[in-house]
Amino acid sequence: MQGNVACAEGALAAGCSFFGGYPITPSTEIAEHMALKLPKAGGVFLQMEDEIGSIAAVIGASWTGARAMTATSGPGFSLMMENIGFAAMTETPCVIVNVQRGGPSTGQPTMSGQADMLQCRFGSHGDYSIIALSPESVQEMYELSVMAFNLADRFRVPVFLMADEIIGHLRERIEIPDSVQRVERRPLNQGDLPFHPGEDLVPGFPRFGSGFKVHVTGLTHDERGYPCTTNPKVHEELVKRLVEKVESKRHEIADYRVTNPDAERVFVTYGSPSRSVEQVIHDNPGEEIGHLRFRVVWPFPEDALREFKDAKAFFVPEQNLGQIAREIERHTSVPVIRLPRFGGSLHTPEELTSALGAFK
Amino acid sequence: MRHEVRFSGFGGQGIILSAVILGRAAVMYDGIYAVQTQVYGPEARGGASMSSVIIDEAPILYPKVKDPDILVMMSQEGFEKYGVSAREDAVMIIDSSLVQSRPRCRYLEIPATTEAKNTLGREIVANIIMLGALVRATGIVREESIEKAILDSVPKGTESLNIKAMKRGMELVPGGKIG
Repeated sequence: MQGNVACAEGALAAGCSFFGGYPITPSTEIAEHMALKLPKAGGVFLQMEDEIGSIAAVIGASWTGARAMTATSGPGFSLMMENIGFAAMTETPCVIVNVQRGGPSTGQPTMSGQADMLQCRFGSHGDYSIIALSPESVQEMYELSVMAFNLADRFRVPVFLMADEIIGHLRERIEIPDSVQRVERRPLNQGDLPFHPGEDLVPGFPRFGSGFKVHVTGLTHDERGYPCTTNPKVHEELVKRLVEKVESKRHEIADYRVTNPDAERVFVTYGSPSRSVEQVIHDNPGEEIGHLRFRVVWPFPEDALREFKDAKAFFVPEQNLGQIAREIERHTSVPVIRLPRFGGSLHTPEELTSALGAFK
Repeated sequence: MRHEVRFSGFGGQGIILSAVILGRAAVMYDGIYAVQTQVYGPEARGGASMSSVIIDEAPILYPKVKDPDILVMMSQEGFEKYGVSAREDAVMIIDSSLVQSRPRCRYLEIPATTEAKNTLGREIVANIIMLGALVRATGIVREESIEKAILDSVPKGTESLNIKAMKRGMELVPGGKIG
C-alpha cells in the first residue's frame, strides 16, 4: 500500500467523516482516496476552491462534532496559516496532513522536504501550541493518522501529520489492525460555560446542534466565548492556557523510539531520514550507534535526549538546514551536528556513515 | 537477500504498474518484504519512465535503490538513462523490439512489444510479457504469486489476455532460470 493511501485508510479507521481539501503534489493521493471512500462510508468529501477554504471547511465541520481533516503540501500549508491560528484560538480539533516537498514557494513539487517543521509550530501569528507527528513508514502513515485524531480530540488542538514525499509515495507492506483505539472529545456539561477549562485545561466541547448557544470567535474571549479584547487579564489567561494545555502534557504526548541508549554517537531523526539511519545501524553491527527517533516532534520531547546518558554528539540528518537540530541545541550541552540534505532525496547510508567517521 | 529491481521505459508502457505488481506478489503471496518507489517528476510523462522495487526476506530499512542487480529495460531512452550504468554482475531483461543497445552485464533479449502486437494482438500487454520473463529468469518471486498479483491489478475483462502475456513471457526465456 502507498503511504498516502495508508494515511487516508488510517483516517477512515479513526472515524474521520469530513475531508475538505484542494489537491497538491505530493499529497494528492490522500484526497483521491478519501474522495473514493469517504462518501461510501457516509462521510463528506468536499473539494474546496483553495486551501484557505479547505481549512475553513474543516473547522466548520469539526464544530458539528465530525472528525475532520485536510491534506496539503508547502504552498497550500502556507495558505492555511491564518485559519490554523483560528483553530488554535477557538480550540477546534482538526487534523492537517502536510506531505512535505521542497520549498520555499512552489519549490520542488515532486521531491521530498522537511522544511515546514518550524512553520507547523510557529506559522500562524500569536502564541499558541500544537501537536505534530512524523511517520517513517507506510505503517506509521496509518498509525499516526489514527493517533492524530485522538490527540486532536483529547486536547482540542490542530494536530499536524508532518509526512514527507518519500514516505507519502512509498509503497510497502502494512498490517492493518481489525480495529483502532478511539479517544473522544469530552462533551460540555449542560450549565457549564463553553470555554471554562476543566482540570486538564481543556474545555468540554459544545457540539453544534446539541442544544448549546455558543459564540465561536478568533477574538480574545472570556469563558462564555464572548469577545473581550481589551482586558489584559482575560487575554493572558486564555493565551497561557492555550499553550499550557499542550506543553504541560508533553510527557503524556511524547512518543519516540530509542536504539542503543549507551552509545556515544547518537542519530536523532524523524520521518524518512530515520530509514537511512536504521540501515547504518544494521550494516555496522560491531559499532555502538545510538538512534533517537521522534514520532511526536511537537511538543518537543526534550527528555528523550537524556535517555542517552553517554552521548558525546547528536547527529541530526534532516531535509532542511537544521530546523529540529536547532531545537535539540536548546536542550543539550552535547555537540549537535547538523546533517542537512537538499534537493529532495534521502540521505544515503554511506554519507551518514562517513559523517560518523569524521567525528572522533 | 536484498534484490533491487529497476524498470524503465516510456510513459504509458505500464512501467510503474509492473513494479507495483512485482512488489504485490512478494508481499501478498510470497509473504516477504517489498518496497516500491518511482520517479514522480514531469519527466515521468512521456519521457523516460522509471520505477523500482526492493525485495527482501527481512524488513527493508533504506527504501531507495542504490545499485540494482536486476533491470528491465523497455525503451532506448530508458536504457540510456537508467540501464547503461548497470553493474557488471547485474541481470538485464531487454525488450529487444525497442532497445538497440546492449549492456556490459548478462542480459536476456525478449521481443516483448513485437510479441504483444503479433501474437496477442495488444501492444499494451508488453510489460506483462516482460514480467513473466523476469520471474521465469530470476525466480525473484514464485510464478503462482506473480500470476495472482497480475490478476489483482489488471482491469476486469482483461485477465485471460494478461495471463497469456505472462505465460508467453515465461516461454520466451530460453532454458529457464538465469542468474
